[in-house]
Amino acid sequence: MSQIRPLSFRLNGVDTSVTVEPRRTVAEMLRSDLRLSGTTVGCEQGSCGSCTVIVDGEPVRACTLFAVQLEGRELRTIEGLARDGSIQALQEAFVEEDAVQCGFCTSGFLVLAAAALESDPFIEDEAIDALVSANLCRCTGYGPIRRAVRKAAKTTRRAT
Amino acid sequence: MRHLGRPLPRLEASPLVSGRGLFTGSMQAGDHLAMRLVRSPFAHARVTSVDVSGALALPGVVAAWSWSDLGDLPPISYRTGDTGRLDGFRQPVLASDLVRYVGEPIAVVFAEDPATAEDAADQVDFRAELLDAFIHPVTSALGGSSDHATVALVEQGFGDVEHAIASADIVVELELEVGRQAAMPLEPRGLIARWDGARNLLEITGAAKIPHIDRDLLADQIGRPASRIVLAEGHVGGGFGARGEIGPEDVLACLGALRLGRPVAWLEDRREHMTAAPQARGQRHIARVAAQDDGRLVAMDVTFMIDQGAYLRPDGLRIAELTAAMLQGPYRLDAFRALGDVRLTNKTPAGPYRGAGRVEGTFVRERLVDAVADRLGLDPVAVRRRNLVAAEEMPAARGVTLGEVPVVYDSGDYALLLKRAEQTFALERLRKRTRTRRSKGEAVGFGLAFFVDRSGGGSGDGVRISVDDTGTVEVVTGAADLGQGLETAVAQIVADILAVPYTDVRVVHGRTDAIGFGQGAEASRSTVMTGTAAQQAAEKVREKALAAAAALIGVSADRLMLDEGEVRPIEHSDAPGLPIGAIAHALRPDRAAALALPHSPDSAGLSAEAWVSLDSPTYPYGLAAAVVAVDEETGAATVERFFVAADVGNAVNPKLVESQLAGGAVQGIGGALSEELLFTATGEPVAISFADYALPTADQVPDIECLITDDAPSPLTPLGLKGAGELGINGAGAAIAAAIDEAIGTPGAVTHLPVTPARLRAVLRGVS
Ligand code: FES
Ligand code: FES
Repeated sequence: MSQIRPLSFRLNGVDTSVTVEPRRTVAEMLRSDLRLSGTTVGCEQGSCGSCTVIVDGEPVRACTLFAVQLEGRELRTIEGLARDGSIQALQEAFVEEDAVQCGFCTSGFLVLAAAALESDPFIEDEAIDALVSANLCRCTGYGPIRRAVRKAAKTTRRAT
Repeated sequence: MRHLGRPLPRLEASPLVSGRGLFTGSMQAGDHLAMRLVRSPFAHARVTSVDVSGALALPGVVAAWSWSDLGDLPPISYRTGDTGRLDGFRQPVLASDLVRYVGEPIAVVFAEDPATAEDAADQVDFRAELLDAFIHPVTSALGGSSDHATVALVEQGFGDVEHAIASADIVVELELEVGRQAAMPLEPRGLIARWDGARNLLEITGAAKIPHIDRDLLADQIGRPASRIVLAEGHVGGGFGARGEIGPEDVLACLGALRLGRPVAWLEDRREHMTAAPQARGQRHIARVAAQDDGRLVAMDVTFMIDQGAYLRPDGLRIAELTAAMLQGPYRLDAFRALGDVRLTNKTPAGPYRGAGRVEGTFVRERLVDAVADRLGLDPVAVRRRNLVAAEEMPAARGVTLGEVPVVYDSGDYALLLKRAEQTFALERLRKRTRTRRSKGEAVGFGLAFFVDRSGGGSGDGVRISVDDTGTVEVVTGAADLGQGLETAVAQIVADILAVPYTDVRVVHGRTDAIGFGQGAEASRSTVMTGTAAQQAAEKVREKALAAAAALIGVSADRLMLDEGEVRPIEHSDAPGLPIGAIAHALRPDRAAALALPHSPDSAGLSAEAWVSLDSPTYPYGLAAAVVAVDEETGAATVERFFVAADVGNAVNPKLVESQLAGGAVQGIGGALSEELLFTATGEPVAISFADYALPTADQVPDIECLITDDAPSPLTPLGLKGAGELGINGAGAAIAAAIDEAIGTPGAVTHLPVTPARLRAVLRGVS
């Protein structure tokens, strides 16, 4: 077994220090060591996007990033976003548009959309459609997810 | 407020939009062992040795077993009750003398953490002598000879097919194939097994779809009484048929927990899922249809071959049987024959996937109808219309059976659905526009497919309802939920009858310790069966509440009403009511007698139970239509618009139904255009990640346009319910195939799904 390393980063607004194995991915660390299982893992191959988290404001696939790469950076997950209320418009729109069936992809889509809406509250519908194409969903057929993100964008714009 | 028939938001969504879902991988107990399978790298080989000592030598490894360590463990059995003739096709829990597909389990390791388990699996030394791999079902000689590659023949039919064909005006014969595909839920499979020594109970979480049936099967496999096993589902990241079919992994996790006395977690990764989970479709057909010059269909004769892979799954021959039973679809025929040949190959065993047997059958039947229309120079939609079974002919016996059960369409007005779809989607205008675009040189076409589906039926679905002192209603079912919205639909049904908000109805499902029996969530049954049971149980509770209230208020029950959770006399509708929770309180066993309320010792409290049994399933139906554009350079087909019209008898929640249709339709688009599990000549799977198995992404699919009707309620259930889960996927391949034909101006061009760009380029080269 490889040796354990200390790691300090900001997790959902809180300074956090842990020790991790260098081969641990951010997804594994979140789910196993930190017991934050809202970040789901559909492939571990970087292709489904269910594990999307936000690192320094950018959406990142947590299964492709090693935990040690987080040193000094800011990580936000679905748990943090749900708690601080910043994705309320998205959450409501997902429920209203029935964009959640099994819900396994949902955290990933919410986090992806949250990062996009934060960096550009005036994001166009076409850009939203392209954004939603980054992640996989096997249940909804995507229409409801597209509609939900567009709706949330509108709500957010109105609020700003 | 009325709930039934309204598009209310689903109750299940709230934890899932906050990252609070309890999926299998989120439930690992603190001290669980990680289980990892060692799988065969060869498609066909004679095992010379499996040595696990290297794995055991690693620190952190608790156990490592090969076949010889298992003792007398029976191979995986059938949940269909099949015995005897199919015995030889059951999969061993670990391979003993032969491995028959890449991915077949040959050893298992248990370690303190997943990484160690993975390292240990690499240390198992596996030696084998390679044998020829049989990849093609037609030429397969797996089992010794070509005859032995046949597991079983499945035959259905009626009338004199040969005579009908000989005397018809035209006969068309086609060879049609649907490639191997998979359900591919976004959450891989997994199972957590924990032996509770204090209660001598084996607790299992993870397997979903048919919890009670799976529990019974596992009990058999490991030789424990079913009542010493509890199977409970958590949140389930999609199933679509593939999850919850008991396999070697499930048995091994249970065995590990029992033998090692520690909780065991098996969490499949995606790569493993792609070679180990049930695969599907993989059907080739030689199909003939006979028709008269006026377009009337006379006979259909289909011989098909299923690429079963190396073993049967617990569902036995179900897919071949479904194909044969449902192939006729909505059309009238004088004679029909379907003959299915289930063949062994050196591939991952096939099993159920949403629309099993019907997606394939619809593709075949609708291709035949398109071919008839083309041959006779008739409009394909008109040919369909003239052959539809009429509403007056319902219930319509179809001259075939599924298992022992005759196929009798319970209700349907197919012509009406076609008409309503044409109006709602303005199909005439759409077809005209498509023709105009084509005349201007665009490769764009329209296609339509009609289908009949099957949902529910049988017995063993029950519901127990109890109301607590706060008026909150608990509904315990034996059904399962894999994301289809069961809790919401059942809550809506119950809420109307008990006059409470549906948010006050808590639905328990997927727990074998909560109710004695259950048939889970397969074959689109849960709304039909569990919905009906819920309705009946709720009516009993309502009666009981009114009878008790009558005694409490001193007004006879028939002069009482239940409204907004309170009982009050009909004459005094503004009088203060008696809350249903207060009635529940009064009916507690310790109080009911004292208050001299009507009660019975064997149904204490404000509660009731109901069980349904349907001699015949219900038959929902629908049509799919597509506009597809083809890029003749690249061979890429783009679905521009996609429509599903479906009659579900009575849509409890139209929004949930629409979601089922749209999700299924997009799976169908994937199956029509991109999803295929290919194998090399030596049997290595080519698709081992999402990069090689192309699920549709959002930019590849339009918003699905849906029409949900309830013109033909099922006469078999009081609410007229029919299932909606498999209607979206059913006709997609057939409709898209027709649209591509039209786009490239070559009738009958598409004979093989999926129509990948490479395959379409080959077709186009042949055309020009
Ligand atoms: S789990 Fe990270 S992209 Fe699929
Ligand atoms: S809701 Fe199931 S994968 Fe998206």
